[in-house]
Amino acid sequence: MSESFREDMALMEEDSQKDKYLTFIVDEECFGIEIRYVTEIIGMQKITSVPEMPDFVRGIVNLRGKIIPVMDVRLRFNKPFREYMERTCIIVIDVHDLTVGLIVDSVAEVIDIPSSDVAAPPDLANRGNRFVKGIGKVGADVKLLLDCEKLLTDHEVEQLLNS
Amino acid sequence: MDQFHPDDSLFEVYLTETSQLTEQLEDIILACENANRIPEEMIHEIFRIMHTIKGSSSMMQVHGIAALTHALEDLFSYLRENGSRQAPGSDLADLLLEGVDFIKIELHKLKNGLSADGDASVLIRKVEEVLESLGQRSSGPPPLQRYFARLLFTDDCDMVNVRAYHVIHQLGELVAECRHIPEDLRDDPAAPDLIRKHGLQLYLTTEKSYDEIHAALSRTSFLKELVLNTIHHDEFREEGADPDAGDIWPDQADQTDLADPADPVTGKTNRRGNRESAAAAGGSQGKSITVNVSKLDELMDLVGELVIAEAMVTQNPEIAGLQLEQFHKSVNHLQKITREIQDKVMEIRMVPLASVFQRMRRVVRDMSKKLKKNVNLQLAGEETEVDKNVIEHIADPLMHLVRNAVDHGLESARERVEAGKPEVGTLALEALNNGSEVLIIVRDDGRGLDKKRILEKAKARQLLQRPEADLTDREIFQLIFLPGFSTREEITEYSGRGVGMDVAMQNIASIGGTIAVDSRPGEGTVFTIRIPLTLAIIDGMNVRVGEALYTLPTTSIKESFKPQVRDLITDPNGREMILVRGTCYPILRLHELFRVPSDCTRIHDGVLIMAEQDGKGICLFVDELVGQQQVVVKGLPPYLKSFNRVEGISGCTLLGDGSISLILDVQGLLGR
Repeated sequence: MSESFREDMALMEEDSQKDKYLTFIVDEECFGIEIRYVTEIIGMQKITSVPEMPDFVRGIVNLRGKIIPVMDVRLRFNKPFREYMERTCIIVIDVHDLTVGLIVDSVAEVIDIPSSDVAAPPDLANRGNRFVKGIGKVGADVKLLLDCEKLLTDHEVEQLLNS
Repeated sequence: MDQFHPDDSLFEVYLTETSQLTEQLEDIILACENANRIPEEMIHEIFRIMHTIKGSSSMMQVHGIAALTHALEDLFSYLRENGSRQAPGSDLADLLLEGVDFIKIELHKLKNGLSADGDASVLIRKVEEVLESLGQRSSGPPPLQRYFARLLFTDDCDMVNVRAYHVIHQLGELVAECRHIPEDLRDDPAAPDLIRKHGLQLYLTTEKSYDEIHAALSRTSFLKELVLNTIHHDEFREEGADPDAGDIWPDQADQTDLADPADPVTGKTNRRGNRESAAAAGGSQGKSITVNVSKLDELMDLVGELVIAEAMVTQNPEIAGLQLEQFHKSVNHLQKITREIQDKVMEIRMVPLASVFQRMRRVVRDMSKKLKKNVNLQLAGEETEVDKNVIEHIADPLMHLVRNAVDHGLESARERVEAGKPEVGTLALEALNNGSEVLIIVRDDGRGLDKKRILEKAKARQLLQRPEADLTDREIFQLIFLPGFSTREEITEYSGRGVGMDVAMQNIASIGGTIAVDSRPGEGTVFTIRIPLTLAIIDGMNVRVGEALYTLPTTSIKESFKPQVRDLITDPNGREMILVRGTCYPILRLHELFRVPSDCTRIHDGVLIMAEQDGKGICLFVDELVGQQQVVVKGLPPYLKSFNRVEGISGCTLLGDGSISLILDVQGLLGR
């Protein structure tokens, strides 16, 4: 984690968390999630696998005594799996009392994206887009802003596959 | 009330206490109704409860409840003074229960942040009518009053004893009863002296008013001084026996002080001693305090952390293999204390099932009245304790089962007699603890489940997953737990909507329990609910399969051994089994079941653990046994449960070195 990132996190504590997004990289694409869902960011940990879970649910980790399930975002978005490296991080999010760790390639920064700069997502062409609730424009770049709730609760496809 | 939020701690205390008192009240009423009259100490108890609820409700500005309890307090105050010989009996019980229901509903509203806007005026009117009719019935004769009178005569009065006798004689028609001191006025030579010194003391029972008696006594000649006091029945009784007493009068030993009715109850509650409801409600004043459940939860968590931390110290790799005698002695001591703490904390959370069972009495009573069926409710094992969390989840399913049994299960009196059964149906609720689980059994001797109809309904609703012929009787009966199921044509007030059974099952499943049903046509139905004891801390055996670690509760393990190839059998379906002292056990290879990569695949390379539940055994194949230790059970994160319920894994735990081990559940494994 970079120093400036830490400063951002500290600032965030005082300011309101609206319109602030934590951005991270998965398979060269830059995604963002609302900072208010993020509780912490940790480095890679030993994962204990749990049987009979979808492949993107890698298992559980021990976070200072609390047991947190972790999800590989690459696999969730149907991208090819990549071995975990030094930069790989786990973003712990808390959505409606569900706590999950998201395994991402690397974490970028915390940025402000006012709602005026957020456009509606294009039509649901491929599966990955199901979780994108908006496109944020930051300078020349675009960040795909994710819907955290859907990310954790949308099991529709899995259920169809499992039955 | 709008100004109070359910978080307000004073308000919460009010809600908890009032709920407890209301439950106590309900129990008393039901018990008295069965006995057909209200014994005197119960009247006092009911009065006390009404008084307390009235006071606290007024303070909390819950006006509906305050007004109702005020009216009831008046009624019971009257009954206290004047005897239960006039108590109206079963109708009064109905009215009181209506009052209890009103209070419960208002409390429920308050608990959920709504305002208690119920209107009790109809009920209050009914209570007042009862009071009036009681008053009328006794107003020929009107309530008796008691007076104490002391008459001092002037010094120039001769023969005071005769004078005294005269006084009493004059009073004659005015009083129902008169006791006097000195007692013997005619022949006792000491009497005149006593009278001169202490005056003539009279204890009078009369329906006349104070003024009338005062006037009558004042007319006495040679009267120097007259003291006339109204007294309460107890003081009267101390002086002499009232032959008319009956059971309304308190015992000699009981010093009821009417000015503060709340106090003597402590004495009374103790005397009542074994009344299950008082003990179960835990509301008896004195040696208990009310604790917020979340504090207990936090305490439990902390104790769990303590056990883990202790393991991290004692199993620290840095000291492995070192000879540290004093250290180990201290560690043993620490472990002993930690163990005691965890036992105590677990105990705190355990609550007897009695309170839930007692609630069923009310349900059965109301239903049997409405449906005109006579039901004999038998309760057993109420003292069996379960975790507080469990109580909350078991009440609704149990209520549903009881309702079903009374509504559908038990036949009408006529049908029963025609079938040669006793007219009164029996519904038995039993609870017992078999070491690792609590079993709650609901048994009725009614008409039993109709297999054919169940199959028909299941087919009609397309709930059958397997061909009909494959299903055993038990499996057919289990179909009733599927959502959308109901074999009742009309939906009665109590059951038949098809939403009860599956919701009940879910409730039970949410605390890790299961429910099974068995039945015999014409003879009855038995529901068995099993709830694992919420053992947050258990003795476990750690085992390794490949890189993964699992923990098996030691209570499930019978033995473990290194298998010999020659004992291995393969059945025609290709399933592996092992012969142990003449009995065949199926083998479950964990590395296959959980798809864990492992080098150890040949039977004789690994270890077989024989595990058993309810008489059914299975042998689990693992790489090796790692060790035995106490583990803190943590549930699997809810996120995982949203995908799949893994049969055979009931939770996870943190080992001394921080790694996670999955906890195996034999019941689930047996099903695989």
